[in-house]
Formats: sequence, structure tokens, C-alpha cells
Amino acid sequence: MTPAATTFHTPHRAEQNHSTTESPFVRRLLIGIALVFLSLFLLVPLVSVFVQAFAKGIAFYFHTLGDPNAWSAIKLTLLAAGISVPLNCVFGIAAAWAIAKFDFRGKNILLTLIDLPFSVSPVISGLIYVLVFGAQGWLGHYRDAEHAWFPWLQSWLNEHNFKIIFAVPGIVLATIFVTFPFVARELIPLMQAQGRSEEEAARVLGASGWQTFWRITLPNIKWGLLYGVILCNARAMGEFGAVSVVSGKIRGETNTIPLHIEALYDDYNFAGAFGMASLLAFLALVTLGLKTWVEHQHARQNATSGSF
Amino acid sequence: MATRRLGAKKIRVLPGFKLTLGFTLFYLGLIVLIPLAAVFWKTSELTWSEFWHVVTMPQALASYRLTFGASFLAALVNAFFGLIVAWVLVRYNFFGKKIVDALVDLPFALPTAVAGITLAMLYSHNGWIGQLLEPLGIQVANTRLGVFVALTFIGLPFIVRTVQPVLEDLDPELEEAAASLGANRWQIFWRVILPMLMPALLTGFALAFARALGEYGSVIFIAGNIPMKTVITPLLIMGELDMFDYAKATALAVVMLVVSFVLLLAINVLQWWTNRYNTNNLA
Repeated sequence: MTPAATTFHTPHRAEQNHSTTESPFVRRLLIGIALVFLSLFLLVPLVSVFVQAFAKGIAFYFHTLGDPNAWSAIKLTLLAAGISVPLNCVFGIAAAWAIAKFDFRGKNILLTLIDLPFSVSPVISGLIYVLVFGAQGWLGHYRDAEHAWFPWLQSWLNEHNFKIIFAVPGIVLATIFVTFPFVARELIPLMQAQGRSEEEAARVLGASGWQTFWRITLPNIKWGLLYGVILCNARAMGEFGAVSVVSGKIRGETNTIPLHIEALYDDYNFAGAFGMASLLAFLALVTLGLKTWVEHQHARQNATSGSF
Repeated sequence: MATRRLGAKKIRVLPGFKLTLGFTLFYLGLIVLIPLAAVFWKTSELTWSEFWHVVTMPQALASYRLTFGASFLAALVNAFFGLIVAWVLVRYNFFGKKIVDALVDLPFALPTAVAGITLAMLYSHNGWIGQLLEPLGIQVANTRLGVFVALTFIGLPFIVRTVQPVLEDLDPELEEAAASLGANRWQIFWRVILPMLMPALLTGFALAFARALGEYGSVIFIAGNIPMKTVITPLLIMGELDMFDYAKATALAVVMLVVSFVLLLAINVLQWWTNRYNTNNLA
């Protein structure tokens, strides 16, 4: 932003002398330590998931995945991610638009509140919904209340035996909570850095609000948005603690993939548990691959469009 | 920059402020704030002495010791190795560097339940790593050491990812200046580089520590969950929930939430400090 006239750069840096870099021995030692540490904690566990998954052969692997309870878990996981990711995406865009394009008081408090779900333990993330919607919670009290605010709602809830906790809606809500900040926290700094001059120019030239958003803002934030969506989806499909509190763990009904893995593991069906786990481990690898690709694209976009 | 200054504050050129802020606040309230408030509402059903009795019962105290101790040690180990990993990734070239760089984020991407059963299997007495440690008399599965191992796995990316960008932006001229003044490599690292990395290192440490405190999925399989010995606080809450003792579960949750919020505050202050350091370097 400020011209770099004050700092003086030597035309080409003198070859590195021994006091601004490490000796080859120290270098190799540090690389060695880093690689051993990462192999032990990351590579070995990753490889072991796939080895264990095929421990009883390929036929057993597909038997595990073809099980009706496994299918129900896969469908439920896709449903929970399919609802929570788009909702949090819309929220992320709205929050980033309000925060990055306008000035208002209390912005920093709002930013902290948006990040709040990340600092809450998964178990507590589930617990809060039990307290609101559970039989002993607000919804339960409401159902039994003698003078309910909306009697028709009370009777509808009781007639249909509408359940949120230990049922699918609770799982979706808990998933929304734990993935709440992902898209917003990617987009807010990105849109803040891009400023508002391009959008203001479009408006002055006669574009409507939606045209400005679709033609100017969205192309500018697409890689950041995709990045947030990828991370949000990975967490949504893999969430365990929060979902395990609200699910009730009815096999074939309210078990997601991670909960089905736990059930198989508790049955000492290790090959089955790792078979299901391999699906999520594969998802994790795809996530990492896509993430690296998006980072690369994003860097390229920044390089070609120039910095502001 | 110029347009920004020309656009007077009172005339908003861009539309949608009320709509987007309104939706943001509505959604935030509905999904996050109201449910979180329920925790404090539920706790108010207990008297102060009942609350104190629950949060200081022996099982709770043992779980705090384990959760805080193991989280602290895991974050400390990650601070040390994470700094080395970040250093190696920024400063050196080696075969497979890009893959290693991508792999660092695995604990973010791998679901905690998968990490949990995998670590439990690896460190069991006939697992790949467990059978190597058994002759040495080291048992990891079903011990406090197991909790530490799981939390180390979970916290690994935090330090690397907070230190890495700061290390990349570090001005080499500072090191050259120190070298030209006669400092050796170790002195430069210790007196010049490390102090500049300190805010980022502390932020990463706090993030890893905060994450480890609440961690559930990756720990419960390897910990064995022996009462008073390897039960972490989130699992204690889970146990109370399974017995439908919501008041007890909520009281313990309040303790954890308060600690998390204090940590969040500390992390925000640390991040502000880190950023201030960075802009000072740019100026």
C-alpha cells in the first residue's frame, strides 16, 4: 500500500553465508525429526485405517457397506450435511456482506460471537439442544404447560408426537451448530481485504444490488467460498460428539456414519468399523486434495488480478 | 481507496445492509445464542451450594486434572514439534514437501471417531505401535498416556498453521543484520527469530489447548474410560446425560464453557498482538 521507497533491496542477494542458514547436518536433522513426527502421528494412522478396513478381505468390506444399517447411516449423514452446509453458506455470505461492506458498532463482538461454536466442546454443543428441545427442556415444558402461548401449536406437537431430540431434526440442528462459523470465517477477512470500491463502482454505473452481487462479488469470493464449503462439509459429515448426544443411537434410524462406526466398534466388529471409517478417511483425503487445489487457484487469481 | 473516502458515511451506495445484518443476527440468535443461554437457565435450577457440590465432586476434580494436564502437555509437545515442522516447510526443500504440507491438515479433515478407533487400534497391545512399546513396559491404550496421544494428534495442525505464515513473512534482512553484527546461527534463532515468532507460537498453543479441552471423539476409544483415572470431562458430562441427570451435566458444562470463553478471549488478545507485530514489520 505504501510505496516501498524507504526500504532498500540489494539487486541480488549475496549467496547465503553460513550464519544466515543452517549447516547441512542441522538441516537434515530437522527435516528428519519433522518427518518422523509426522509419519508417526499422521501417516501411520491414515494407512492403518485402510489396512484394517480390508483385514477380512474385499468381500467382507463390501458386505459391511451393503448392510441396510450402513446405508441408512450414509443417507442420514448426506441429509444432515445437505441441509447444514447450504444454510451455513447463506449465513456466511450474509454475515460477510454485512460485516465487510458496512460500518456499524459492535462489529468485533459480532465477529467473536460467530466464532463461538468453535470454542464449545462437541458434547456441550449437543447438550444445549437437549436443554431446549428435550423432554425436560423448554419444548417439553411447553408441551405440558397448562396455558400455552399458542394452544394450536401445543396440540399439534402432541398429536404428531413431534420429536427433535433422539430424532433426525436434532441431528441436523447439532450439525448446523458445529459447522456454523466455517463459511463466514473464510469470507469475512477475504471480503474485508477486497474492500467495497468494485461494488460501489458497479452501483454507480447502474447495476442493481443482485447484479452487483452475482457479477462482481461472487466471482471475487468464489474460491474462498468453495474453501469454506469444503471444510464445512468435512466437519458436517464427520461430526461425532454433538450428534452422539442428540441422536439416541437407534440403529438404522438415527445413526450417522460416525455413530455407526462406534456401534460396530463396540460390537468388536473391527473390520466392519474400519470399513465404514475408510469411507470417511477417503472423504478426508478428498477434502485435503480439494483444499490444496483451491488454495492454489486462489493464489493464482490473486496473482493475476493484482493486489489492491 | 479514493472511492471509499469519497463515499460519505451517511449515504450507503451498497444495498442490503438491513437484510444481511438482520438475517445474521436472527440466525446467530436462533442457532447459537438462545441454545447456549439454555445452559445457564438450566443451571439456575440448582442452588449455589448444589452447583458447587456437583462441580467439585471427586470424579469431576479427577477429570479436570486429566483434561487440563493432558491438553497442556499435548499443546506443549505440539509447540515444539510444530515449530520444527513449520520451519522445515518454510525454509528447506525436500522430496514430497507439498504432500507433507497438505497432510498436516489431516487432523482437521479426519473425523474424530475415525481418529479415535484408529489410535485405539494402533496403540492396543497387539497394534502396530503398541506391540513395539509393550516390551519397553509402556502401555498407551487405556491409560492417561493414551489421552495425551489422542490430544497431540488433534492439536498438531494448530501450531504449524499459525507459525508458518509468520515465518514466511519474516524479513531476512533482520537475520542478515544480526549475522553481520557477529551473531552465530543459534544466537540469531534464539534472540532474533524466536521472539518474533512468539505471539504466533502462543496463539497456536492456546488454540491447540482450547481444542483439546473439549475434544471427545478421538479420546474416548483410546482412553478406556476407567472411572477416576482416564475419564475426561466431556465424557463425564456424557455419562450424566446417559443417566438423564441434566442438572449435573449442565453444571459441569457451565464450568467448561466458562473456561472456553476465557480462553477465547485470551486467543483474541494474542491474535491482536500477533497482527500488531506483523504490521510493525511491514511499516
